[in-house]
Amino acid sequence: MIAVVDYGIGNLRSAEKAICRAGGAAKLTSDPDEVAGAAGVVLPGVGAFGRCAQALRSSGLGEPVADAIGRGTPFLGICIGLQLLYEGSEEDPGVAGLGILPGVVRALGGEVKVPQMQWNRLEQVPGGSSSLLAGLTGESWVYFVHSYAPEWSPEVVATVDYGGRVVAAIERDRMWGTQFHPEKSGPTGLAILGNFVAACIEAVA
Amino acid sequence: MHAVRVIPCLDVDAGRVVKGVRFVGLRDAGDPVELAARYDAEGADELVFLDITASSEERDTMLDIVSRTAEEVFIPFTVGGGVRSPTDARRLLRAGADKVAVNTAAVDNPDLVSEMANEFGAQCVVVAIDARRRVPDAAVRHDVEKPPEGWEVYTHGGRRRSGKDAIEWAQHCVSMGAGEILLTSMDRDGTRDGFDIDLTREVSSQVSVPVIASGGVGTLQHLVDGALLGGADGLLAASIFHLREHTIAEAKEYLRSRGVVVRPPGGST
Repeated sequence: MIAVVDYGIGNLRSAEKAICRAGGAAKLTSDPDEVAGAAGVVLPGVGAFGRCAQALRSSGLGEPVADAIGRGTPFLGICIGLQLLYEGSEEDPGVAGLGILPGVVRALGGEVKVPQMQWNRLEQVPGGSSSLLAGLTGESWVYFVHSYAPEWSPEVVATVDYGGRVVAAIERDRMWGTQFHPEKSGPTGLAILGNFVAACIEAVA
Repeated sequence: MHAVRVIPCLDVDAGRVVKGVRFVGLRDAGDPVELAARYDAEGADELVFLDITASSEERDTMLDIVSRTAEEVFIPFTVGGGVRSPTDARRLLRAGADKVAVNTAAVDNPDLVSEMANEFGAQCVVVAIDARRRVPDAAVRHDVEKPPEGWEVYTHGGRRRSGKDAIEWAQHCVSMGAGEILLTSMDRDGTRDGFDIDLTREVSSQVSVPVIASGGVGTLQHLVDGALLGGADGLLAASIFHLREHTIAEAKEYLRSRGVVVRPPGGST
C-alpha cells in the first residue's frame, strides 16, 4: 500500500486517484501506523507553507513521515510536500519544515507572473540519471502552481525556466520531490508516478 | 518560459454541456465527462466547467460530474457557477475540482475571496468577471468631454449591473487573494468575433496573477490575438471545440506556428 498522507489540507484525492491510475494501491490515510507500515509514502500539499507545516505537525504525522524517509521507504513530496523537506520557507519565516534537506525555500523572482500557474518543460540536470524521470521521451511538460521553490542543491535532478532556473524535482536515494503536480500533468505525470510506484514495488521485493 | 494555456470551457445545464450565445439561446453539446476526457486526450491544458443553472436542485448533478471527471481526467480543472460560500467551494474541491470560480457571490460578499484564499490557498480561488464596455446612456446626460470609459462588471449570469469598474475590481480581487482572473467579455461572448483585446490587455497588464481571456473565439487566429495582443495567460473557448470545428491539437499547432509558446499537443511518453 502507498500511503497518501492526509493531514487535513486541500484536495488530496487527485493524488490518490492518479497513483491508482499509474498502477499503485494508493490510500489516503491520517493513521500514523499506516504511514509507518506503507510500502511508499506520498506527501501532497497545497496552499501556504506555514499552514501545511503546522497541519503536518499538529496531525502527528510529521514524525512518521520523517521516520519512513529515514528507513529508506520510497517517498514522494509534491509541491508544498517537497518544500516541507527543507528547513523553512521565505513564505512563512519562523515556521520550521522537516529539515531533512538543508536550506530554505525561496520566493520566485524575475520578470514573471507569480504564482507560476502553467505547464512548463522539464530540463533534466545534465549528467544525472533520475529514476523518477526515467523513460520520459521527447519534451516533458508538467503542471506547476507555486510562488516559492527550493534553492539549488546537489539533490536537484530537473529544473524549468521561469524567470531563471527554477527547481522542479529533487532526488536523494529513495526520497523524491516534485515542485510540479504529477497528478495533474497528464500522461507525463502518470509516467512519473508509475516510476515511483515501481520504486515502491522494488523496495518491498 | 511563459506558456499559454488552451482551455476548453464546458457550460453545464442540467447535466449536459450547452453552448449559449450572448448568455442566452442554448444548444446541447454533449456529455460533460466524455467531452472532458476527449479534450484531455487532445492536449487541453486545463478545463473549466461552469454550472450555468446553478439552481440548488442541480448542485448535486454538478458534484457528480466533478467527481466522475476527477476519475478520468488528470489535468487541472476549475468549476464555477452558483458558488456562494466557502462551504460550496469545499464541496467542489473535495469532489475533485482543483480550483473554484466565484462571480456574483464575490461582488455580493466582499470577504468571500479572502475567506476562500485563507482556507484553501489563493491557487484554488478564481474570480470570474463578466464585463461589458460602458457606453453612453441615452437617458443620462454625459459631459461631452468625458464619455463613459472602461468596462463594467455584471453579475447574475450577465443580467445585473454592479456599477464596478472591471479593472479596479480585478485588482481588488487579487489584493483579496484571488489566484487567477477568468475574464469574459459579454460584448463578445458567443459572437465569434474574437476576444475583447483591449479589455484583456488592460486587465492582464494591471494584475499580477494569470488572466484567462474568454468570450468571442471563432477562429484560431483569435486565440493567437488573445495571447500576443491581449497578453492573456490562458485562452478559453467553447464552440470552436464543441462543434468540432477545430481540435485542441490543431489550435496548439496554429498557436505554435504563430510564435505562441504552448505545451505540445499529445505531451510526451
